Amino acid sequence: MIADLFPHGVLSYAAGGLLIGLGVAVIYLGTGIAAGASTFLESTLSYVSGLDRFNRLTYRQSRDWRVVFTLGIVGGAGVYALLFQDALWITDVQPWRLFGGGVLVGVGTRVGKGCTSGHGICGVGSLADASLVNVATFLAVAVGTAHVVGALGVVP
Amino acid sequence: MADDRHPLFLPVILLGGLLFGFGLAVSRMTHPEVVLDFLQFADLGLAFVMGAGALVAGLAFAVATRWDRTAPLTGRPYRRRVKDLDSNVVGGGVTFGLGWGLSGICPGAAYASLGVGNYPILWGVAGMFLGAYAQGYWRSRD
Repeated sequence: MIADLFPHGVLSYAAGGLLIGLGVAVIYLGTGIAAGASTFLESTLSYVSGLDRFNRLTYRQSRDWRVVFTLGIVGGAGVYALLFQDALWITDVQPWRLFGGGVLVGVGTRVGKGCTSGHGICGVGSLADASLVNVATFLAVAVGTAHVVGALGVVP
Repeated sequence: MADDRHPLFLPVILLGGLLFGFGLAVSRMTHPEVVLDFLQFADLGLAFVMGAGALVAGLAFAVATRWDRTAPLTGRPYRRRVKDLDSNVVGGGVTFGLGWGLSGICPGAAYASLGVGNYPILWGVAGMFLGAYAQGYWRSRD
């Protein structure tokens, strides 16, 4: 019964989470910054947009290191792929789902002040009220959405 | 302001990002399919990603905030990451959840997914930038 719920075990998941937490910890201990992945979206837009929203001082001051952080995330996954993958890994999930979901995620993370890493790892790790509420909300909605989309026969 | 930064500031950010991205690949959260399986209760292992990640990050926060000192590379005091709890946190969470449930992608995992070769994820990254731009545009008009 329990094994049915964890067909791939829990070890690789926990090990991955541990490394993600370690990445956050290294940056925090070195710089005092609790880094999330989604502010990059808005701070990077300040390079190309004159909108006040994206040109707030905190974004302009952090935009270059957020680019470096994101390149690190891409590169870290790339190192994994070089070590353990035989070929490029390509998703079967349809482009319209990726794009449509991406738009909603882009709006949601910025309105909600964080994403799965900022709220989910940093905020939950701090036991911050706003993050616990945000994570509980997006988790419940995402579970419902994925079930509905699956029930409508959208695969994958 | 970039000039008075500690020379190790960007290298430490990069190191943290590399660990973060490598961890995302190890957890297979880079695969939208794995996230969608989790959300449909076919494989609950993903809960251990956030669990272990929040535990390790939380330990670092808990220890550092007890020190009466500042971060070596920036001089920043160690503070908890606390944001104001308001209706935006809930509304944003609902919108985020709709997108995450539809696609199985979130920002960090999408960047990492590019690293494992998944170029169709660029649809998702483009969508995220568009969504982030749209909300900034609406909010600038208010």
